[in-house]
Amino acid sequence: MNDTAISEHDPANDEQWTEVIRPVSGWFDLHLADLWRYRDLIMLFVRRDFVAVYKQTVLGPFWYLIQPILSTMIYTVIFGKVAKIPTDGVPAPLFYMAGITVWNYFNGCLIRTSSTFVGNAGIFGKVYFPRLAVPVSVIISGLISFGIQLALFFGYLLFYAIRGAAVIPHPLMLLAIPLLVLQISLLGLGFGIIVSSLTTKYRDFSYLVGFGMQLWMYATPIVYPLSQVPKEWLWVTALNPMTPVVELFRYAFLGAGSINTGQIMTSAVATVVILFVGIILFSRVEKSFMDTV
Amino acid sequence: MSDVVIRVENLWKEYRLGAISHASMKKDLESWWAKVRGKEDPNALIGATYRSFPSSSPTPLHPSPAPDRFWALKDISFEVKQGDVLGIVGRNGAGKSTLLKILSKVTTPTRGNVKIRGRIASLLEVGTGFHPELTGRENVFLNGAILGMSKQEIRQKFDEIVDFAEIENFIDTPVKRYSSGMYVRLAFGVAAHLEPEILILDEVLAVGDASFQKKCLGKMEDVGKQGRTVLFVSHNLSAVSNLCMRCAMLDGGVLAHYGDTEDVLNKYIDQAIETKGEVAWRSPELMPGDDVVRLSGVKIQSEGKVTVTPRIDKEIEIIVEYVNLSPGKKLCVSIHLNDKNDNCVFASGNLPGAAFVPDRWGGVPHPKGTYSTTCRIPGNFLNNALYRVSVFLISDVTTIHFRIKDIITFDVQDMTERDYLGDIIGAVRPALQWSTDAR
Repeated sequence: MNDTAISEHDPANDEQWTEVIRPVSGWFDLHLADLWRYRDLIMLFVRRDFVAVYKQTVLGPFWYLIQPILSTMIYTVIFGKVAKIPTDGVPAPLFYMAGITVWNYFNGCLIRTSSTFVGNAGIFGKVYFPRLAVPVSVIISGLISFGIQLALFFGYLLFYAIRGAAVIPHPLMLLAIPLLVLQISLLGLGFGIIVSSLTTKYRDFSYLVGFGMQLWMYATPIVYPLSQVPKEWLWVTALNPMTPVVELFRYAFLGAGSINTGQIMTSAVATVVILFVGIILFSRVEKSFMDTV
Repeated sequence: MSDVVIRVENLWKEYRLGAISHASMKKDLESWWAKVRGKEDPNALIGATYRSFPSSSPTPLHPSPAPDRFWALKDISFEVKQGDVLGIVGRNGAGKSTLLKILSKVTTPTRGNVKIRGRIASLLEVGTGFHPELTGRENVFLNGAILGMSKQEIRQKFDEIVDFAEIENFIDTPVKRYSSGMYVRLAFGVAAHLEPEILILDEVLAVGDASFQKKCLGKMEDVGKQGRTVLFVSHNLSAVSNLCMRCAMLDGGVLAHYGDTEDVLNKYIDQAIETKGEVAWRSPELMPGDDVVRLSGVKIQSEGKVTVTPRIDKEIEIIVEYVNLSPGKKLCVSIHLNDKNDNCVFASGNLPGAAFVPDRWGGVPHPKGTYSTTCRIPGNFLNNALYRVSVFLISDVTTIHFRIKDIITFDVQDMTERDYLGDIIGAVRPALQWSTDAR
């Protein structure tokens, strides 16, 4: 090594460095402040996702409406007419639409954030920005489609209210809806980034997630009300943090559902824990995943 | 030393060899299960002490990585001062890209650290994050933000960027409809208008046509003159020697040389390319040829020594040694010079009438013995490119005794000062006489 390459080390200067690049150490080296500095980038990602997805499609954003309408029709036929599962006295299409709206958003958040590392390896290998910017932007762009589908749900609600169906929204509960949406976002984000961190090493998880979400949907009261779950299986729904979210959503808008404060609290705590674990895992992986992906 | 803006201290980087397959999950689970049951890890390496290095321990002198791992960087330390334009050279696999990846925070070092003062932006590729469906305008904002610019900054520079890229009319067209030239110009335009205090560049000059390359190099020179610090990795030695004041040369993950550009580049050229400048056969039975004549060796020399990296402005000698076994044969030597795509640049031989100055032994009867024939290619004649030499030995004008294709490969280096830094096309680049008269 050439002696002229480095001068004598002067420890007094150490505070003047704006940045020090170190080996991966500790689990709590999170850099969440970076995320705020890159907020412009997050919004540009949101825009990109929204604009690019439906370019060169004929129906464009109408696809956001077609999928829930068709799903609602199919559920109404299969679970309503064929399987004759009761819907807590709510008109079946309205009942399913409520569940589908909530589930679609959660499902989209989780599935799309779960491919963060593998899907963006190209960019991540070339330039640094806080990697969390990608999943966060996915969650925000998911809100747009959620908004569109929520409007569709309101259309259904209005239609059935005019026809005199027994739906009584709870004004007080409606105030909790933003919190509910936040919880779905954070839960989807948390699970999504956990899966995306695991897929950098084991691709198995990317296969698991699509089919796992289908199973999860059936473990959540989407096509059936919680009140119909047999006693001996209630513990499964109690473990599922999405159960009270869906029930609460339907209770707020349709006045039908089983509300259990204990479950709501458990679900909220689970969300925080999962999100926290997700962020820690993600921050750990983002520093070294280029070597393993 | 308050003007040091980058300080790399004992940097090590380890990579795992081979693919990390599905089998790794099985192994990980096995190891985990063994640990749970308190058994010995079935996948532990026998005698593996590597993992037990505490990360805070002082750098060991000879750490040997586990068998399926290797060190891409070994104990690299150097400093870059404010306003320096530092060139980083080295062969493929020397660790240049790894170093850049660590500096640009794409990956982390295994040991050691890098201290940075000021905003740093890296350009390991142009057009990172460009989305084909988005318009030029949308991509400028997206790419700018990815490179670390705020929306405000991009908006201020937007017109300049579009001007620089020369695509005013297409700025609202999706970039998937762009020609590759337009795409690259726009991408470089964004990059060139980044204003970080420290800029890291990797080979981005290898894009676009000659005139655009010139523009890019001009822009880079400006950046250097504005007192910003630039780290520049390139194989274009002419660009490195023109733009950089100091140079670091990596070799096998080690910082082999660091210092003034000219010194470092000379050392780099001396050991740069792994082609053989000399081929020789010791025992006569191994020599290619027949009962009449055999080839005993071929070498290429420049400036009096064997080299595969002659300088463009120096004469090159190709020396063919052969052993004549049958007296009286009228032998002559011929070479073909091919470029890297196997196009023949020229063919030449020492037949009387074909050589510039008649060769004493060209095409005349040879007594038994060993001969050495030299072909001199003048300086400032070949281009800075890779050439291959094929050697022929012919008797009586038409009988070929041996023909060895591509026996020697050499790479002409251009380190001369010139205004235009891009590649100059052509199989050869003769220095010709030009004159203009004002009338």
